[in-house]
Amino acid sequence: MSEKSLIVENLVYGGFGPVSFNLVAGECIGIFGESGCGKTRLLRSIADLDPHQGSLSFNDEDALSMPASTWRRRVAFLPSESQWWRDRVSEHFPLPPGEPELGSLALQPKILSAEVSHLSSGEKQRLALLRALKNSPAVLLLDEITAHLDSERAQLTEKKIAALQSEQNLAVVWVSHNIDQLRRVCSRILYMAQGGTIVKEELVK
Amino acid sequence: MIVNLSWMDILLAALPFLVLIAILGYMRLGVSRQLLIGVVRTLVQLSLVGAVLTAVFKSDNPLWTMGFSMVMICAGTYEVTRRQIRKFLGGWSIALSLLGLLTAAVLSTGYALMVVVDVSPWWKAQYAVPLLGMILGNTMNGISLGLNTLTTGVWQQRAVIESRLALGEPAQDAVKDIKRDCLRNALTPIMNALAVCGVVSLPGMMTGQILAGNDPQVAARYQMMIMYLIGTGCAAGCLVTVTMASKRLFDKRDRLRLDRLQLK
Repeated sequence: MSEKSLIVENLVYGGFGPVSFNLVAGECIGIFGESGCGKTRLLRSIADLDPHQGSLSFNDEDALSMPASTWRRRVAFLPSESQWWRDRVSEHFPLPPGEPELGSLALQPKILSAEVSHLSSGEKQRLALLRALKNSPAVLLLDEITAHLDSERAQLTEKKIAALQSEQNLAVVWVSHNIDQLRRVCSRILYMAQGGTIVKEELVK
Repeated sequence: MIVNLSWMDILLAALPFLVLIAILGYMRLGVSRQLLIGVVRTLVQLSLVGAVLTAVFKSDNPLWTMGFSMVMICAGTYEVTRRQIRKFLGGWSIALSLLGLLTAAVLSTGYALMVVVDVSPWWKAQYAVPLLGMILGNTMNGISLGLNTLTTGVWQQRAVIESRLALGEPAQDAVKDIKRDCLRNALTPIMNALAVCGVVSLPGMMTGQILAGNDPQVAARYQMMIMYLIGTGCAAGCLVTVTMASKRLFDKRDRLRLDRLQLK
């Protein structure tokens, strides 16, 4: 198969798993399960932020064959609550995003010079998405990223992700406890049980 | 002329302090017990050290100097480890503190004895032991502050550090801000001391020399040397300990490993 794909094989992490699945470029896969079943931990392990067993590869390259920082630029993890460590937004962007990029998420260019403490959590979350995209990742790992957004903004984010899939061939793993959202954005949904194993797969489209 | 202090004089010196401790105890401020223990510890520890040093100085055997130095370094390591809010598991707190103190001892005291003071032999206990003591005491405080800043900082900013890792920053870049705070906190006491010595306060060692009958100008030059040596020891010790400690907080895959720290 020549198509680029993320392969997760027998991933065991902190007492959860094993989990195996494949994801091809341009595909969005949903992970659904009760809180505490290990969804976030799964994404963290795929980003190599937590110790784990089993193997991870993208495009036939094993995660261990490259420095962790290279893997994480390629496989970008977005936590449910975005983090900021400087006073101003622009200081978190080595290359500031352009007007079209900001506009695609209903953000004004002047937001770049704003103080982080003055932003709403929704604005922060959308900026965090742009920040991660600056690394040109091939896979996005999204952890409940619309949890703090109103439904209008949430749908805007969903649209943005869909556009990235079709235009830039991005692969997406989307963790959510909102099954309606997953059915809107994903082509497949994996159901996770307590203990972190996949018990059911649902094809959506 | 040197006025020798008798045990009676020591008792007289302690008397006002003891009265105050009694008053504080009467006010139930919860500090008098600690202070009283401190008074007794000072008496016992300094009496012992005075007696042991007399013996060490007399014997003029390098093994005694060496042994005494090792005891001081071990005591310093114990003290740094004891003061940690979140210890590293598996003896790493001890190893990291010991490494910093040894660096300070070898680099700063060794240099002072072999290059600056130029006594013969270089390990002469009368010089080696007091110099090492001054340097260790200050380095110990620095390392203790630096390690505490690192472990509490990383614990509190875990989400930020992991976000930065997720954005592809190497581990040591992701903790750079915290490491900077560590060194600043560790070196603040010596920075303050360098700035105010002689103006606001007369340093303890210089005061001791003057009271013991030495020329104030000689005492001042000794004090300058001591201050620079303390600065060297403190900076080198903290740099080594904080650098190694922040490496220990991550594994080979640049994952933040807070499981290597003890829970409070």
